[in-house]
Amino acid sequence: MLKQTLAVTLMNLRAIPQRLGTSSVIVIGIAGVVAVLVSVLAMATGFHQTVANSGRADRAIVLRGGSQAEVNSSIARDNLLTILDAPGVRKDAAGRPIGCGEIVTIVNLPTIDDGNLSNVTLRGSCGQLAALRPELKLIEGRLFEPAVRELIVGAGAAQQFRGVTLGSRISFRDSDWTVVGIFSSGGDAHDSELIADVDTVQSAFRRSLYQSVTALLDAPSSFDAFKDALTTNPTLTVDVKREPEYYAEQSKQLTKLLNFIAYFVGGIMAIGAMFGALNTMYSAVSSRAREIATLRAIGFGAVPVVISVFAEALLLALLGGALGAALAWLFFNGNAVSTLGANFSQVVFRLTVTPGIVVSGLWLALFIGLLGGLFPAVRAARLPVVDALRAQ
Amino acid sequence: MGNIVSLRKVAKRYTRGKEVVEVLHSLDLDIAEGDFVALMGPSGSGKTTLLNLIGGLDRPTEGEVIVAGEHIDRLSGAALARWRARHVGFVFQFYNLMPMLSAQANVELPLLLTHLSAAQRRANALTALTIVGLADRARHKPSELSGGQQQRVAIARALVADPTLLVCDEPTGDLDRRTADEILGLLQVLNREHGKTIIMVTHDPKAAEYARRQLHMDKGALVDGQQVS
Ligand SMILES: Nc1ncnc2c1ncn2[C@@H]1O[C@H](COP(=O)(O)OP(=O)(O)OP(=O)(O)O)[C@@H](O)[C@H]1O
Ligand SMILES: [Mg+2]
Repeated sequence: MLKQTLAVTLMNLRAIPQRLGTSSVIVIGIAGVVAVLVSVLAMATGFHQTVANSGRADRAIVLRGGSQAEVNSSIARDNLLTILDAPGVRKDAAGRPIGCGEIVTIVNLPTIDDGNLSNVTLRGSCGQLAALRPELKLIEGRLFEPAVRELIVGAGAAQQFRGVTLGSRISFRDSDWTVVGIFSSGGDAHDSELIADVDTVQSAFRRSLYQSVTALLDAPSSFDAFKDALTTNPTLTVDVKREPEYYAEQSKQLTKLLNFIAYFVGGIMAIGAMFGALNTMYSAVSSRAREIATLRAIGFGAVPVVISVFAEALLLALLGGALGAALAWLFFNGNAVSTLGANFSQVVFRLTVTPGIVVSGLWLALFIGLLGGLFPAVRAARLPVVDALRAQ
Repeated sequence: MGNIVSLRKVAKRYTRGKEVVEVLHSLDLDIAEGDFVALMGPSGSGKTTLLNLIGGLDRPTEGEVIVAGEHIDRLSGAALARWRARHVGFVFQFYNLMPMLSAQANVELPLLLTHLSAAQRRANALTALTIVGLADRARHKPSELSGGQQQRVAIARALVADPTLLVCDEPTGDLDRRTADEILGLLQVLNREHGKTIIMVTHDPKAAEYARRQLHMDKGALVDGQQVS
């Protein structure tokens, strides 16, 4: 049986080049599906990685109770000291708690791509910024000073927007700001931000409240004590989250959406590709009808014939899958893309084609090939030998 | 010698919609071991249908088909396929070789259904190709062979597994006179010297003369046969 199957399958596979036209329908159709699936999943992965990179287990963010994100949170100025005095907050050499009350505001900058205005987050932070976020490193220039309109620009934002080089001046509404530094924070969400002194931002944008307080803790294990102290304090109504937890929540919606798009659009395309595969395999079977009938007349069973049809469908599907994954990888892997991030501003991230995504793509290709080969294989097995031998 | 083929009251009907067409009418036929039968008759008289019943490619609507000692009308599909592999060699008008395989590999195909080793398969295929005079073309693909040569390869394929009978449907229908004569001469040698039982459908009275016996069909029935040589 194995011998027969192998012989019939090999014979069939060797004949594929003769059916190049119809065979390429499977390959190209599936390549398209897999390329779409892989690139959208790569987008979801890249986004997730970027957001998941933002955050340390020993850093906590404090928001007004019930608010999901910084934008719809507010914290009164006098609460800042209460929060930073809570147990578990790390102190610097001078004995001051390491933490900042922060605000975020959305400003518009022209993109490098087409000059259209796009949202970017301007974060107001404090003089403790370097201690609070040690992963944030200056590439050029220096930190902003308090009380002057100076800001530093994340590397992602610097790549994305026009006129944000060291020394350049940016105007928002009625205020002019000088770029005094470019920083990198290792590809996390802050990489897409502009950061300035919180008091200066508050006065420029006529705000008086903080939106969040971020504090560095003594250790990850200090979190519970910190959180308990704040949530049991009757003068505060706040939610306290570890940063990774906070960012994971922020990215959940978009990651979900991207995954949905990947599987929904991919699924619809897969159905199309499946009909393409079906068509190709039906025509392959009918072009082989005489060959199959002859084999059956000689005494070959139905099984080798069925397997040879499946083998052809699967081989072509895998070829298409590999092609699609390779194209997606070639054209998109590492490409920077920006999207609306946690604060409705742009987050820059890179499409990341992981082996896991490629494997998902190949599985989908195999699945399409299997379904596309199923009915034609059954037809091949049921082929009326006598009629097929009569047909010229 | 005993009969290799016995047909008893065999009828074959096709139903197309509500219309029933009877292609063979209560047909009786015996073919002895070692015979070479030419089956003749006008187009549509049922020759191919009869041949397919004898070769186990098709089943009768009624009656018994006993070939090589087996009631083949009673065999299941899979059993019938095994029976064909063991007992029947087919030769078709258009050769039906596998275009991607060499002559040698084409001839080896039926041996894949046996327990022979690869070396034995190769040796037997080469022997069969030698019998049909094509040992020097073993590596050629069908497209590199003439029609007559392709039919020789097909004959080698039909006889390589040493079947009980050869079933040939217009084996020279697509060949010129001279090539046809060579092929028919070959079939005659296989019959006379190798003792193969052969049933051959042909339209060509000259081709029929190579046979020991001619049978004539008309409208689904056999008309009186005659003995030759
Ligand atoms: N599957 C089928 N369904 C209906 N009718 C069929 C079918 N197969 C064959 N027939 C009919 O059976 C009759 C006999 O066909 P058959 O092929 O046996 O004739 P033949 O003698 O071999 O003819 P030819 O010399 O042209 O090959 C024809 O009338 C044909 O139309
Ligand atoms: Mg016929």
